[in-house]
Amino acid sequence: MAKGVKPRVKAPKKAAAGETVTLKTLISHKMESGQRKNKDGSVIPRSIINRFTCAFNGKTVIDVKMEPAISTNPYFEFEAVVPEAGEFQFTWYDDDGSVYETAKKVAIA
Amino acid sequence: MEFSRRDTLALGLGAAALTVLPFQVNAAADDFISNFTGGADVIEGGEGLTLTAPEIAENGNTVPVAVEAAGATAIMVLAMGNPVPGVATFNFGELAGSQSASTRIRLAGTQDVVAVAKMADGSFVKVGRTVKVTIGGCGG
Repeated sequence: MAKGVKPRVKAPKKAAAGETVTLKTLISHKMESGQRKNKDGSVIPRSIINRFTCAFNGKTVIDVKMEPAISTNPYFEFEAVVPEAGEFQFTWYDDDGSVYETAKKVAIA
Repeated sequence: MEFSRRDTLALGLGAAALTVLPFQVNAAADDFISNFTGGADVIEGGEGLTLTAPEIAENGNTVPVAVEAAGATAIMVLAMGNPVPGVATFNFGELAGSQSASTRIRLAGTQDVVAVAKMADGSFVKVGRTVKVTIGGCGG
């Protein structure tokens, strides 16, 4: 498991039924691209988050396939429709097999 | 340091080789696009696909880009001049509020950033933007 990986999500706590809300997600992860070299000249191996998904009550909102070109501490901003009260699930999949998850509940205003 | 004729010639050949290299990178990037589209035709110029990227990126390690395509099922972003052209592929699910996404990417140097959108009707649209990068972001 990559060390010190922390996900942070900004999502509204309340929304009107059917409203489109903006979600902002950030996860602290080095995203080692596999292009950098050590002091001794050897290549630092690639170690990145390769996939990010967001689902609401089990239905997919967005599914992002990520490459090494995404910056360190990957940031995504996107929009989702809130048809009913429920929970947003955010999942990040790491190259090394770890999975980072967080969830945010949304109530209907 | 005195340059012998042999050295000058070698230097000249090296410089010529460097100018040829970018063409090879473009070929790899086109492969990426045809894998995504499955060989289908791609419409240039983006009716309905917007790619927002700064004209000049201060820091190649974190360049904010945004894509938007009303009615797209997926958008792929490529950096044509990076060692590996792929950047991200956004697949929009049924609860996506709008087919748009913003993120920050690494750009190795001044290059074209290209977005290819797969529309709901199965067609593909492509838009590109040149971004000048002052400090490269791929560990170079």
